[in-house]
Amino acid sequence: MEGLTREEIRLLLDTALSLREVNRRDIKKVPTLRGKTVINLFFENSTRTRTSFELAGKRMSADVINISASSSSVSKGETLLDTVANLQAMNPDVVVMRHPESGAHALLARHIEAALVNAGDGRHEHPTQALLDLLTIEDHLPQMGRTSLDGLTVAICGDVLHSRVARSNAFALRTMGASVRLVGPPTLMPAHAEEALGARVYHSMAEGLADVDVVMVLRLQRERMSAAYVPSVREYFAFWGLNESRLACAAPHAIVMHPGPINRGVEIASDVADHRHRSVILDQVSNGLAVRMAVLYRLCLGSQGKGVQTLP
Amino acid sequence: MNIHIAAGRVIDPASGFDATADVVIVDGLVRAIGRPDQIDIPRDAQRIGADGLIVAPGLVDMHVHLREPGYEYKETIAGGSRAAAAGGVTSMAAMPNTRPVVDDTSIVGYILQQAQRAGLARVYPIGAITQGLQGEQITEMGLLQQAGCVAFSDDGRAVMNSAVMRRALDYSRAFGALIIQHAEDSHLSGHGCMHEGVISSRLGLPGIPAVAEESLVERDIRLVEITGGRYHVAHISTSGAVEAVAWAQQKGLPVSCEVAPHHFALTDAAVAHYDTNAKMSPPLRSESHRQSILMALSKGIITVIATDHAPHEPDSKEVEFCRASNGVVGLETLLPMALELIRDGVLDWRRCLATITCNPARLLGIQAGQLAEGQPADLVLFDAEEKWHVDAAKLHGTSRNTCFHGRHVQGRVKMTFLSGRAVHNDETD
Repeated sequence: MEGLTREEIRLLLDTALSLREVNRRDIKKVPTLRGKTVINLFFENSTRTRTSFELAGKRMSADVINISASSSSVSKGETLLDTVANLQAMNPDVVVMRHPESGAHALLARHIEAALVNAGDGRHEHPTQALLDLLTIEDHLPQMGRTSLDGLTVAICGDVLHSRVARSNAFALRTMGASVRLVGPPTLMPAHAEEALGARVYHSMAEGLADVDVVMVLRLQRERMSAAYVPSVREYFAFWGLNESRLACAAPHAIVMHPGPINRGVEIASDVADHRHRSVILDQVSNGLAVRMAVLYRLCLGSQGKGVQTLP
Repeated sequence: MNIHIAAGRVIDPASGFDATADVVIVDGLVRAIGRPDQIDIPRDAQRIGADGLIVAPGLVDMHVHLREPGYEYKETIAGGSRAAAAGGVTSMAAMPNTRPVVDDTSIVGYILQQAQRAGLARVYPIGAITQGLQGEQITEMGLLQQAGCVAFSDDGRAVMNSAVMRRALDYSRAFGALIIQHAEDSHLSGHGCMHEGVISSRLGLPGIPAVAEESLVERDIRLVEITGGRYHVAHISTSGAVEAVAWAQQKGLPVSCEVAPHHFALTDAAVAHYDTNAKMSPPLRSESHRQSILMALSKGIITVIATDHAPHEPDSKEVEFCRASNGVVGLETLLPMALELIRDGVLDWRRCLATITCNPARLLGIQAGQLAEGQPADLVLFDAEEKWHVDAAKLHGTSRNTCFHGRHVQGRVKMTFLSGRAVHNDETD
């Protein structure tokens, strides 16, 4: 999302809004991408995002192929460029890639002709997640008594250091005029976070969540304990877990978001995750589909790639 | 063959000589330097016009990876020697992280033999500090030195264990050997692949904090204090390390350091598009560190520029950033990059050329880097004004992974002489 202008983001969100309507019809299909080939190349396990992209392509009538590269050629030592060169031979129109290394798309974009969509690169960006998060927040602006993202305060809580969702959202929200807070233990904050991400850093949930409009919670991966980032799940939940009383520090109209999958009792209490009025986690998932349809739509129409690592 | 180099601006940083003069080479040695009417010029001497050129001692690069034995697909001693000759480098010190590691006299012998065969540059092997670079047992420094090693280093990694480093510094004193440390606390650098700073946080790349280098240099200086061993920081890159070295030098400790051109010319901003030719160890640092490096050069805290020439084949660089090999080549850009420091007012001609000739030669205790009567005729003729741009495709070594591709530079090597024999000619090579 870094480098996208407000107008570009607006265009994608508006496109998503109109495509969302397709998903509510009886016949959930539009011919827009008929004859186009979309390859989903996932080097990391992901049911949610991959299914979302797969369905997005199919609802737009594209021919969609899923390749789970984790099991196949990569384990045989094939390089990223070779894997993709082989795919390129099938002449795809779009390659949607998720890769465990930051910058994988930057490398790839220099070598392929197909349009490239970033479905997540290491801890760098997950642009479609940020877009669906923006769309979800906009859906709930009325209940917050607001009309736009401008001036909104969003708290992103948890393992920001390793999170591509946090980065993409921080960049996107700032561009749209919202102010961002990063809340979490010092060891899980990136170096120079305030300058790098244009956000204020807090280590106390009570302070960080005070009066915010949106609380975005990030997953804490188990590996963080073994690498000495946090001492234990118990301690993490005790000080940074989102529970009812911490949520009460936020504005009364605040919504709770999470990119999923959630770790109940680690970063978020079960009752908060399932909160009928405040939690919009499932809305995020359905918006994900519309947003991905919008991205594919814009790419295949040939306008400047969105979510694509465009290089000079 | 006798050679007469006419009317060049002869600069010998060691003596301070800097004047238009002719140089006469007989039997591979410099016979005379002076005005044509004041020196003896053999009638059969081949005349080479050096009008408008600088005539300097052949450059000395004390930090080069020649990759042979073991990694010949990246570079060979012959390929590296070709690159050296093209860069005006006539003497280079080769780091021991080959395969097998240079921790045994037999390997020293092999390297010297290969260099002799190539015949394009002098190669001075650096021996490992610890066996197999494992950081535990020290090597046979005495025997290795006798076999030809001019210094010791575990470069590529640090000697992490404080007790082992203490022993190494202590033991080295018996041989007056120089211990070169690649200062990087591997616990702090971890999986980092670029400088830990604003840019690494934006790019989502794990960072290597400056303290990984600084803390180890500070520890090592304390060890130098109690052992008195001669200590040299390889490829210095941080403000803190430079501060520590300055402090040690003020106290009169035998501490020196070198800097690679990429650390005084570039910053971590070069990584912006995940360009793996901007990936090296230590990493390119932020602007404030670069400014400290420039200040340290101008104050004479850093007395050597050494390239850390690290050839890598394309397959190891055309991969995801974190998986790419560390390092860039540098032999052929050493001169123009060093000359930038003169143009930018950081160093004057004498001090600048000294960093790439007599200073490293003196640290290593080798007879090189001087242009004087009686010395081996290792010389470089270069046009300080000539502008060109760096083109990876035109490099002479085996590998082309340069961080300066496309850079407009000034200062071009025209001819390189090794023992009075032309080993590089810009017009033909």
